[in-house]
Amino acid sequence: MLGHLEVNPIMTPRSAPAAIEAQGLEKTYGASVRALDGVSFTVPRGTIFGLLGPNGAGKSTTVKILTTLSRPDAGSASVAGVNVLKHPSEVRRVIGCVAQKNGVDLEASARENLALQGRLYGMHGTDTRRRVDELLARFELSRDADRPARTFSGGMLRKLGVALGLVHRPAVLFLDEPTTGLDPVARSDVWAEIRRLAREDGVSVLLTTHYLDEADHFVDRLAIIDAGRVVTEGTPDHLKSELRGDAIHVALDAESSLDAGRQALSRLNGRLRDLSIEGTTLHARVDDGPSAVPNVLALLDGAGARVRTVTVSRPSLDDVYLKHTGRTFGAAARSSCNPRTSPRAICERCGASRCTW
Amino acid sequence: MQLTQPLIWLLLFGQLFKNVAQLPGFGGASYIDYLAPGVLVMNTLFSNGWSGTAYIVDMERGVLDRFLVAPARRSSFLIGQLAYWAVLTIIQSIILIGIALLVGARFAGGAVSLLALIAGAVLLGLSMASFSNALALRLRQQETVIAANVMLVLPLCFLSSTFLPTTLMPEWIQTVARYNPVNWAVEIGRQTLDAGVDWGIVLSRLGWLAALAALLGWLAVRSFRAYQRSV
Ligand SMILES: Nc1ncnc2c1ncn2[C@@H]1O[C@H](COP(=O)(O)OP(=O)(O)O)[C@@H](O)[C@H]1O
Ligand SMILES: [Mg+2]
Repeated sequence: MLGHLEVNPIMTPRSAPAAIEAQGLEKTYGASVRALDGVSFTVPRGTIFGLLGPNGAGKSTTVKILTTLSRPDAGSASVAGVNVLKHPSEVRRVIGCVAQKNGVDLEASARENLALQGRLYGMHGTDTRRRVDELLARFELSRDADRPARTFSGGMLRKLGVALGLVHRPAVLFLDEPTTGLDPVARSDVWAEIRRLAREDGVSVLLTTHYLDEADHFVDRLAIIDAGRVVTEGTPDHLKSELRGDAIHVALDAESSLDAGRQALSRLNGRLRDLSIEGTTLHARVDDGPSAVPNVLALLDGAGARVRTVTVSRPSLDDVYLKHTGRTFGAAARSSCNPRTSPRAICERCGASRCTW
Repeated sequence: MQLTQPLIWLLLFGQLFKNVAQLPGFGGASYIDYLAPGVLVMNTLFSNGWSGTAYIVDMERGVLDRFLVAPARRSSFLIGQLAYWAVLTIIQSIILIGIALLVGARFAGGAVSLLALIAGAVLLGLSMASFSNALALRLRQQETVIAANVMLVLPLCFLSSTFLPTTLMPEWIQTVARYNPVNWAVEIGRQTLDAGVDWGIVLSRLGWLAALAALLGWLAVRSFRAYQRSV
């Protein structure tokens, strides 16, 4: 179960409903693909909330359900206080949605895309024109507004995608992997714009990401989602502070006996916590990392385990993920995104143009 | 240019089969006269058969999903898209009739019979577009939709009086042609050639084409719902 252990940093008046409330969402595709297995979380108003998880975790499915595109098999959800299942058309009016697939019509120009979007939301001529110009300027697309979108770079397309989600001034904005596949400059552009939306315009934002650093530095709160379940939820700092002490990672020589190493370290039981093995690497937590290293090395040496590298680090979100799922984020990503099953230049599963897995 | 293909059919076949029209069954019309309505119908099928490909592009790029999370009415997407194809069919038909007139075709049946031909073409085109949409929404493969278009249109045209009067065909083809919607539209077209228009044929064929368009439209709506459920 999720514990709301901390005090909510953003004061919400009791009467104002949360921006998003998801309760026990379940979804199975076909006969056996269990995409969501009971997803629950709450997004306070005016915050940037991140759903962090490896590919296939169920992020897009969650977004599709919350934006009324798809229906859950079980569970309930509300957005801006409106029940998603009972009043989908009311929800559609207050949300903006930028799907993972962006949704830009490449044959039309940026201006045409935006104008049609305004019409879809029932906006009128002059109002739409003013809003379109405003958004084009805001996303620095004014100069290219009348070119076909197929001539745009990846970063420009993503900005146009976000602009499309904003035409009707939504109160809650959903962004499915808004920065995946972007170069660092375009990424920080998109970040800056999203932050401005939340801080200046008071838009509540839910975004999904499979970048740990993005979740760590950019969101106010996050939920880590894995295999269709939310494994933990909170502010990045809070989640990390729950892990007492430092992370220590010991990579052993391939031939060394892992079991011997593990057994040797279990003698440090009082000091080492959360001991786990992944491949030929031992992960553990320890209170004063640097001072524990000599002890650890001595014990492993005594057990005949040959150490290749030792790393000590302050707690990171990767460690949070490891604690809750028993594997590192990188390993989860590798297992879900296999170059043999996705050999294309653009990875089918993660959509990145340079999938490194 | 989208009209290149029907132009080639019209001019090439018009020359190639020039003398065929002296056979009994053509009623003394020149072959260009005979061919023009058939080429118009065939062109309608070919262009409306592309309809589904737009859905596939929109599905792949997430455009369809973007429309679906907007508060606009669901039916307006389907109807709006079909309206586009109807308008395109009308414009192309008018141009083709104009070209046929230029190369010597004479439509003795008059303006109202030509309007009936265009109406028939629109209904047949909507049927084809709906069929193409249904295929696209179910199978989601560009190749399949294009292949279905090519594999369907030519046989359906050859199994009708598009190129030759059915009286010159083997009996089994005559039977097939009777139930072939392409032939219904071409039969309306035939009526434009002669001063003595048989309005019974025109109206009945229009009725059957309308029923077909409704049936295939319903199939496309069901496929649209199936897509929504699978997202
Ligand atoms: N429309 C769909 N049809 C069938 N399976 C799907 C569909 N969408 C997602 N899935 C499956 O559900 C699981 C979760 O997918 P998704 O929500 O897209 O994950 P994420 O966005 O976190 O990468 C995956 O196993 C995926 O293959
Ligand atoms: Mg996804």
